[in-house]
Amino acid sequence: MKSVLEVKSLYVDLPLPAGMLHAVRNVSFHVNQGETVSLVGESGCGKSMTALAVMNLLPRKGVRRAEVLSFEGRDLMKIDDSKMADIRGNKMAMIFQEPMTSLDPCYTIGNQLEEAILQHRKVSTAEARDRAVFLLEKVGITAAESRLKQYPHQLSGGLRQRVMIAMGLMCGPSLIIADEPTTALDVTIQAQILSLLASLQQEFEMGLILITHDLGVVSRTADRLAVMYCGEVVETGTTEEVFDNPIHPYTRGLMDCIPVPGKTKPGEKLGSIPGMVPTPIGELTGCSFRNRCPSASPDCARTETRLIEISPGRAYRCLLSPEACAVEWNRA
Amino acid sequence: MIVYTLKRLGLAALVAITVSIISFMLIRLSGDPAIALAGENATSEQIEFIRIQYGFDRPLVIQYLDWAHRALQADFGESPYFQQPVTRIIGDRIGVTLKLGVMSLIFAVAVSIPMGVLASIRPNTWIDRIALSISVMGQAMPSFWFGLIMIIVLGVWLRLLPISGTDSFAHYIMPTIALGYYGIPAFMRLTRSGMLEVLSSDHIRTARAKGLRWGKVLFKHALRNAIIPVVALAAVQLGFMLGGSIVIESVFALHGIGYLAWESIGRRDLPVVQAIVLLLSMIFVALTLLSDIINAFLDPRIRVK
Repeated sequence: MKSVLEVKSLYVDLPLPAGMLHAVRNVSFHVNQGETVSLVGESGCGKSMTALAVMNLLPRKGVRRAEVLSFEGRDLMKIDDSKMADIRGNKMAMIFQEPMTSLDPCYTIGNQLEEAILQHRKVSTAEARDRAVFLLEKVGITAAESRLKQYPHQLSGGLRQRVMIAMGLMCGPSLIIADEPTTALDVTIQAQILSLLASLQQEFEMGLILITHDLGVVSRTADRLAVMYCGEVVETGTTEEVFDNPIHPYTRGLMDCIPVPGKTKPGEKLGSIPGMVPTPIGELTGCSFRNRCPSASPDCARTETRLIEISPGRAYRCLLSPEACAVEWNRA
Repeated sequence: MIVYTLKRLGLAALVAITVSIISFMLIRLSGDPAIALAGENATSEQIEFIRIQYGFDRPLVIQYLDWAHRALQADFGESPYFQQPVTRIIGDRIGVTLKLGVMSLIFAVAVSIPMGVLASIRPNTWIDRIALSISVMGQAMPSFWFGLIMIIVLGVWLRLLPISGTDSFAHYIMPTIALGYYGIPAFMRLTRSGMLEVLSSDHIRTARAKGLRWGKVLFKHALRNAIIPVVALAAVQLGFMLGGSIVIESVFALHGIGYLAWESIGRRDLPVVQAIVLLLSMIFVALTLLSDIINAFLDPRIRVK
């Protein structure tokens, strides 16, 4: 299958008053055409920064470096800003977490949709408008024609997120990055938006990076996933592999936090992971999960953890063997 | 939009009535107008005569209604000093003041908005520091003093510009700078902080994610949002500038209504002072209304329900 995005050893550093924040550390993953890859983790684990680094939209002063960052065979680390702007919104689109504030309040929906294609294609405004109407209908917005004249504040959050999705699709991108697209929405709308994204992705054969903290969302939509913790990938594999057989203590902890119908008994307490995510500022040594890990040993503070590949595309980051991880987890 | 405009119009009318009552009362509070008009050596019969002639013996409410009724027809009575209708005296001079006010506003906006935008896209750099220093100076420096310094440097030492009068465009340059500088700090700071806020907002990130070029992001999306409060301020600021022109016109001897007001206060020429106070207040009320309407025009969240 054709690879759309290839990321190898991506680092993102942000200088803060408290010191250098190593927001993303040595993250590698790839996305194939028509495939959904999910980046999973708690707030502040670096998943959004990873996405922004790919789009080259990092906050001012944020620095990225990578061994490989290639999109459709082009090296994104080498191309200049204007070439990157040609790719953004054109071949690679992004949908953000906050639909309420992600649209410009001063312009109509139509203007903002049309703008996306007028920037990249030589089309007339009439053609741009037709495309906008077509996509608004595609994302399930009724009376699309009249919506074009509306302003963002006249639409609900769910509708605005649909508009954002339509906007991302204006140029027919080969990769969509959805950064927590449903977090700010009502639960009932969440499912609609997710299935919409999934069906559009199938239809247009796009690669999709789905960033989320919701494992339920991942299990329903992702082909593969990478669990991130404190700026690093701690476990990766196909959705099936990771859900059926989680290895890393953090992944196991996350899985324990969700109720499973039929398995979780009424009144039974759900799992939780004690402690907080450490902030990756300054010099970092050892395993970043050691302070919350039930299987931690003195070695964890001294030895650098590496991502250990146990089969192609299946890897975890721990000093223990997968078997030892399982034994330790069951004991704890 | 129409309902909104009518509401604002209603409010403006209420404010205008209140302001007219206050300006009417202010003059009465500054002392017995009959004594003021009669002069220092007047006898009590003369004062009494003037009181009856000008109707100061009637109840205040009647005096106000009579005055307001005539003011509505642009009749502010006759100036005892000029022996001429007040309306004509003001009409001869208001052009100078409006010219000065509008030019100052244009000058202030033309300087402060680019400066605010520059400062906001390069925050905490030397550009930002210079812009902030200029605005702090503008806030700290009294405009009459700045005017005097300009007269000394540009007029007397360098002999570049005329220092008084209204004969040519060159005569307006120094007054415009002096009065306009007064408006720069507020515009500059509002533009800068507005731009900083908008530039870090989600919809700017969306605009950049669409692949829009920096110029388009900056001017179409960022400045458009940041400018809304600045435009509102500009209308109100023009009102302040017309008020501030009382000082500047005196410094540069421009024969506008500001200078007239200053002179008339000295001459106790009450009808003139009263008419100018009322006129400036009404212009201010009208500008506030205008600013509300422009605001609604610029911001669809107000305009479209």
